[in-house]
Amino acid sequence: MNLLTGAIASLLLVPIFVVVGIFLGLLFRGIDRKLGARMQARVGPPVRQPFIDLRKLLMKENMVPRHAIGWVFNSAPVIALVSALLLLLYLPLFGFAPLLEGYGDLILIMYLLMVPAIALAIGGFSSGSTYASVGAQRELVLMMSYEFALAVVTVTIAFIVSLANPLLNAFSLATLAALPVWELAGPIGAIGLVLLLLALMLVMPAELGRIPGDIAEAKTEIADGVLVEYSGRNLALFNLAQDVRTIAFAALVVAFFFPYNIAPHFITLEGSAGMIANAAFFLIKLFIVVFAGSIFVHVAVARFRVDQAAKTYWGPVLGIALVGMALAIFGAMMVI
Amino acid sequence: MSNSFELCVGPIHPALKEPIKLDFTVEGERVKGVSFSLGQVHRAIEWAATKRNPIQVLYMAERICGICNMCHPMAFSMAVENAANIEVPERAEYIRTINVELERIHSHILWAGVAAHELGFDSVMHYTWRVREKVLDIIEYLNGNRITKGILMVGGVRRDIQEKDYGKVREALDYYKELYAKLEGIMLNDASVRARTKDIGILTKKNALELCAVGPTARASGVKKDVRVDWPYAAYPDLDIKPVLPETAGFKATGDTYTRIIVRLLEIKQSIDLIEQCLDKMKPGPILAEPVLQKLLVQLKNVQGEGVAFQEAPRGELIHYIKMTGQESPYAWKVRAPTYANLPPLVPMLSECEIADIPIIVASIDPCMSCTNRAIITDKGNSVLSMDDLRELSIRKTLAMQKEASK
Repeated sequence: MNLLTGAIASLLLVPIFVVVGIFLGLLFRGIDRKLGARMQARVGPPVRQPFIDLRKLLMKENMVPRHAIGWVFNSAPVIALVSALLLLLYLPLFGFAPLLEGYGDLILIMYLLMVPAIALAIGGFSSGSTYASVGAQRELVLMMSYEFALAVVTVTIAFIVSLANPLLNAFSLATLAALPVWELAGPIGAIGLVLLLLALMLVMPAELGRIPGDIAEAKTEIADGVLVEYSGRNLALFNLAQDVRTIAFAALVVAFFFPYNIAPHFITLEGSAGMIANAAFFLIKLFIVVFAGSIFVHVAVARFRVDQAAKTYWGPVLGIALVGMALAIFGAMMVI
Repeated sequence: MSNSFELCVGPIHPALKEPIKLDFTVEGERVKGVSFSLGQVHRAIEWAATKRNPIQVLYMAERICGICNMCHPMAFSMAVENAANIEVPERAEYIRTINVELERIHSHILWAGVAAHELGFDSVMHYTWRVREKVLDIIEYLNGNRITKGILMVGGVRRDIQEKDYGKVREALDYYKELYAKLEGIMLNDASVRARTKDIGILTKKNALELCAVGPTARASGVKKDVRVDWPYAAYPDLDIKPVLPETAGFKATGDTYTRIIVRLLEIKQSIDLIEQCLDKMKPGPILAEPVLQKLLVQLKNVQGEGVAFQEAPRGELIHYIKMTGQESPYAWKVRAPTYANLPPLVPMLSECEIADIPIIVASIDPCMSCTNRAIITDKGNSVLSMDDLRELSIRKTLAMQKEASK
């Protein structure tokens, strides 16, 4: 009975999460554009620009090309957005435990992270345009390139937790939030963890489709690639999915490496005041991750070519991840 | 099963600043076949010139291209001067030279921004376009306009550069001298720019010679070719100038996109030096061969004969030809813009490249389509007309005219 009421309460919270997730995604996109513009010595759009764009796109006509496979073309953006929003339900946000804690674990999150990219590729293939096909191929190649490094990071984190506490479910996000990996890995392991964090941050631009990893869209090369035929509502949904995914990925990085809360450990605030302080602290952590992994990177470098991206992610990035893994596990074993 | 498919870039595509249609046969990400077709921005400007007097055409020549708005009218007036045997005063030649070199600086900096944008490196684009403002400001200070300057006249220039303004020009040049190291750092030493341009879009020296590449595109392949040196005009005979080759800066002339960046950057440096030389050597004197416009027009009206002018525009060799038959307007005017010569070399550059490299390779010749488009084929099905077809068409037209007349 208790379980049932809990489940119903969770379900009631889902719409709130959806709204908050979308709002945060758009807000971060707005901050991204404004900050990026300031770094390029431009004025930049107002921070609320993504909201305006969303409203405009939703009002526009939704075009489906004649050669497209209609139902696939139309369902791909919905799948992308739903899976990105689902991610949020499994991640610890604002210092709280995940909403659907116990119903899915890290493995599910890894798969859910992949789904928007696959939906994007499928949408591209189904739109019947050469540019979109090229973009979709690139998206898949890119995904195959970074996915292994991402998996290495994830498994290592879980492995360290299970080494220290064999009885706990290491793939549970709640466990990760409760047991910061830095305390389990020891001094040598900490070096490894820094490398793993670096690898994860390097994966971030590719995962989120930002420069230098925006090769699937590559405006100047293949005219927005996978998104070339998308317009109106479908494009709005894809953009939203990307924005929500940014929040989800950053929240995952936070959950892995910075699960600390500010209250009541560092400042003595109790009850709701403490919760607000934690939520604010979470937002700051999230912003730092997004800034380092996406905003700063996309103004600092040029776009990869697809072969360069594959080489980079299979070579240096994977190398960093593997060395990090070896060091972290070694360090964690030393501590035990 | 063959994996190859057709990919069409243009006429309208985000990678292209002006329309040209490039057709690719692609296997995976690799380009296997290239062809291109022109004619999307034909404006019949040469035809319009035959309805106007040469002074009016001068202002039309200025509007052939938004960037080479000094080279085109200068080449046009040089062609007219050549046909009419008008000698341009020395000071006017110097002022023309200063202006075309300022234009070269602005064109090359603008190009660096465009190239960076093609690579998805927008920060560099915004940076280069911001530093380009300084040269536009000095152009505005000297000529009253930032882009279309309107200071040229057949037989000279319309506005002098005052002695008191030299300091202002030198100040702008010093600004770019200081900036040069930074520009070089961004365009040549940045790892991501280098990774995207090195060994990409190679034009061998043999290909450059055979396909008649011009300007920085040819020089990057090691072809020693610069109109300013080979057939000096304006004030260039007085100046100390050598063609900019990659070797002069210690690079190998491989003819890839990276070398084309090097050559353009070095040319910015060269232009700064040339303007300084001009400022040093310029002597006071008249700036117009014939200051009274009416007299000049009468003089031009009586000209019979042809004139040709060669010019080194920022993109390469520019040729203007004019034929005058004693009428008020020219009988014929022909413009051969540098991009026209640089388009065939695109084919070897683009073959076997990757789709991702298409934009930067096309941008690396600094194409200017509005300069290039001199003809258009509207009849798509029968685009090649034989002698017989043309004869048939003319007979049909004559019959139609006779029928009209007999009514």
